[in-house]
Parts: sequence; structure tokens; C-alpha cells
Amino acid sequence: MALLLWLRRHLVVLAGLLTLVFLILPNLVVLVFSFNKPKGRFNYAWQEFSTHAWRDPCGVADLCGSLALSLQIALWATLGATALGTLIAFALVRYRFRARGAINSLIFLPMAMPEVVMAASLLTLFLNMGAQLGFWTILIAHIMFCLSFVVTAVKARVMSMDPRLEEAARDLYAGPVQTFVRVTLPIAAPGIAAGGLLAFALSFDDFIITNFNAGSTVTFPMFVWGSAQRGTPVQINVIGTAMFAVAVICVLAGMLLGNRRKKQAA
Amino acid sequence: MTTLTEAPPAAPEPQTRAPRRRRKLTPYWLLLPGILWLLVFFALPMVYQASTSVQTGSLADGYKVTWHFATYWDALAEYWPQFLKSLLYAGLATVFCLLLGYPLAYLIAFRAGRWRNLLLILVIAPFFTSFLIRTLAWKTILADGGPVVGALNALHVLDVTSWLGMTEGDRVLATPLAVVCGLTYNFLPFMILPLYTSLERIDPRLHEAAGDLYARPATTFRRVTFPLSMPGVVSGTLLTFIPASGDYVNAQLLGSTSEKMIGNVIQSQFLTVLDYPTAAALSFILMAAILLMVTFYIRKSGTEDLV
Repeated sequence: MALLLWLRRHLVVLAGLLTLVFLILPNLVVLVFSFNKPKGRFNYAWQEFSTHAWRDPCGVADLCGSLALSLQIALWATLGATALGTLIAFALVRYRFRARGAINSLIFLPMAMPEVVMAASLLTLFLNMGAQLGFWTILIAHIMFCLSFVVTAVKARVMSMDPRLEEAARDLYAGPVQTFVRVTLPIAAPGIAAGGLLAFALSFDDFIITNFNAGSTVTFPMFVWGSAQRGTPVQINVIGTAMFAVAVICVLAGMLLGNRRKKQAA
Repeated sequence: MTTLTEAPPAAPEPQTRAPRRRRKLTPYWLLLPGILWLLVFFALPMVYQASTSVQTGSLADGYKVTWHFATYWDALAEYWPQFLKSLLYAGLATVFCLLLGYPLAYLIAFRAGRWRNLLLILVIAPFFTSFLIRTLAWKTILADGGPVVGALNALHVLDVTSWLGMTEGDRVLATPLAVVCGLTYNFLPFMILPLYTSLERIDPRLHEAAGDLYARPATTFRRVTFPLSMPGVVSGTLLTFIPASGDYVNAQLLGSTSEKMIGNVIQSQFLTVLDYPTAAALSFILMAAILLMVTFYIRKSGTEDLV
């Protein structure tokens, strides 16, 4: 009876934790199978423990090349989308102008469209223009679909900014440039950083749009997709686990730093 | 993503310092590069796609616009099963995401205490590994004769799902259930985060007030919590359903040839068969269907200020 009562009270906690297990389970599988030594070409069934993949992560042809390309594209796409998106966000929050509604929907639509539709239509454009598919077409596509997410992230931050801070800066005889660099930009920075990080993650992990517009260029997700057909090397799991570890460590370090700063401020 | 649910506060008053004419042009200069990018690489391609869908010809001789609308009928007549499957699988995945995601979002918002940030990180953390690698991991988890399939078999879950036509015999892999499972898994964080943002905003004193007014926990949830979390439910379901309906990764990696969704058809028509008019028509139909459904859904759920 007591047990039943306890269960009833904590039902939502149990259900929530089960969902968390569902979310984390594949990452654990990826981690465990990075130490596998599969018999055939595919790394889906456990055979025996081995660290060979960890000792030689680039041991598969083209794997690390594709990783480097993905990082390069993600970096440029982040820079491009963050720059263009931040300008749009400032214009939308700070100014009244015509065609505001149309511009808002132009920014919202890419987020409300299945990726395959954007990918296919962009490919028809490139085919019609006779463009050579490869690095540049991928970069163009990535900046396009990351842009809207950056705008949303920066807009949220700029909207919550107190305009009186900038007025105060001007009252203290700061010029427009000085006000922007010393006051506006630092306050908007967390929003811009969030937008940039989101763009980086979206671009680095994008598969569908890249699949359509890459030609024969192979990014890391394209490599994984191809290996799902040809045979999955254990090194894929090593890269996946390493990415996971690096990102989690960065997030935790950021959190600790933030906490310490908060304590210092208090 | 999570910001989709935020109601826009009133914009600050425009400043009136700079000379008038320059100020009038400033927003347009700020908008120009980004908007131009979206016009050329998002809007213009839609026009090209529309034109491609009414062209006839062959890859060798080139395509010409002949206003051949029959492509649309032929495409629908041939591929309506894949359309229906896409909507069905995406719909099921959305329902499962809501059922699985709500308790976790609720837990993080109201019960987690000092564990809140850690739990939030755990929800986002899977993103850090490429989603293709994680989807491939489901091949291992759902493997024939594995512990998950064994447990589902022992609990007679597989009997029910085979009766519903979602699985076949005692396998899960290469069945519709595997595809729906993969879709649910891949888009679950897109459900949890908006749900969390809208739940987190609810004043806990409202729960106390409901309790003081003799509402039982179930009643409090039905009459207070759930209605107040509606913006999160609406944007969560949209953020799950839209990408899921166009997805072809899960159907390709976890399903068999009979679970092909419309995304798979568009992909193979464009990249393998090279029948551009049919592919463009299918993609256009998918887009129109999604936009219609989304507009209708947003009207119905009465949250038009969502975006």
C-alpha cells in the first residue's frame, strides 16, 4: 500500500527518467561499440573488446578528411549566418519599416519547411544555373538554413535589452560607434553566441540538404551515410564518442565558470 | 527553437537622434545582405522548383516548360501510399514524442530542483553526436533476438503491434515500428524544449491555489497546468511533425523497402532516377500539404501569435 502510494506520487518522475534513458541509450551504445572488434564489415553486433579504433581514429580512408571538411564548412557557415542574422535581428527589433510582415515570414518559412523540400528546390536552382556542386554549394545552403535560427536567437536577446542603457551611454557623450561597441554588443553577445553555436551544430550535423547539394563532395554525415551501405568502421563510433565528450566537457566548464562568476558578483 | 514560444514584448521606442533620412534607410541596409541571401537561395529556388514541376523532356534532350500539370496527378497516383505513410509515421512519432516528452519536461520544470540544469544538459547532450551515428545505434538496440525485442516479446507487446501491422513476427528492425521509433527518438528534444519553456513559466502558486480550492492533482493538471502549457504543446508538435514528415534517414536506415516515406521517393527521384519534374512535383505537394496543415492547426489551436 505504501509502495503504491509512493509510486503514485513519483509516477511523473519515473516516467521522465525513463524518457531520459530512451534519449541517452543510443549514446551509450555508440560509446560501448567504439571498443568493439566486429567480425564482418558492420559494427552492429558485439564481438570482443578492443581499443584498436581508439589507437588509430583516422585509420579508415577518407574519414578524417570528411571530418575536417565538415568542421571547415561549419565554421564558415557559422560566421556567415551569424553576421547576416545579427544584422537582420537588430533591424527587426530596433526599427519600424515597411514590409515587416513579409520579412518576418521569409525568416520563419525556412524553419517551418521540411528539409527535403528546401534541399530539392535549391538543387533545381543550382542545376538550372549550371553550378558546380561541391564546397561552395554546400556552404551557400548551410548559411541559408542557419540564418533563420540565428535571427530568432539574437532577436530574443536584443528584445530583452534595456534601451535606457544605450541612452545612458549617449548621455555620457559616447558616440554611436562607441555606444555600439562598448554597450550594445557586449549585452547582445550571449544571444549572438547562442545563435552562432546553434548554427555550428546545425551545419556540422546536417545531412539532408548536404546530401542533395554536395555532388561528389563528402562531409562527415555523408561519410556515415555511405558507410551505412558499405560497412560501418568502428572509428565512426570513436569520433561520435569523442565529439560527445568534448561538447559535454565544454558545457560543464561553461556552467562552472558561470557559477563562479555569479558567486564573485554576489 | 525554444524562442518560438516567446511572446514578443513591445519593441523599444525608436531613437530619434540620427538625421531623419539616414535613419529611414538604416534598417534596409541592415536587412539587405541576409534578406537577399534568403530571396536568392530560399525563395527563388521555390520558383525554379515550381517551373521544373511543369516541364517535360528528358535528361539527354533537356527539359522545357510545357505546363504539363499531369505530372502532379501521375505523381500522386503513383506515390499516394508513400504520402499516407509519411503522414502516418510522422503523426505517430509526434504523439509518442508528446507522451514521452511531457513527463520529462514536467519533471525538469517542477520537480528537478538543483538537478534542473544537469537534466537540461542531458536532454541536449545527445545532439553532440552526429544523428546518423545515433540512428545507426538503434540497429544494435533493436537487433533481432536482442534484449529489447526479447522483452517486448515476453510482454506480448509484439503480438499487439503485429496485429496493428506495425511489426512482423518477432522482429522490430525493418518494420514500421522501427521507423516510428527512430523518428520519435530523433525529434524528441524538439518536443521537450518548447514544452519545458512553457511549463517553466507557470507560476507554481497557481498549483497551490488549485490545491487550496480542493482540486485533486489530476484535476489541477487537466484544468490548470495543461491549458497553460498549450503554446509549448503546439510549437513542440509542429517542430516534431514537420521535419519528421519529410525525413528519409530513419526509413532508409531502420526500415525495409516497404516503409519508404515520401522523402525517400523525392531523394531517389532527384539523385538516382534523375526524373526532375516528378521529383519537383512531389516536393511541391509535400510543401503545400504541410503548409496547409500547419496553418489549419495553428488556427484551430488558437495560438496565432506563436510566431
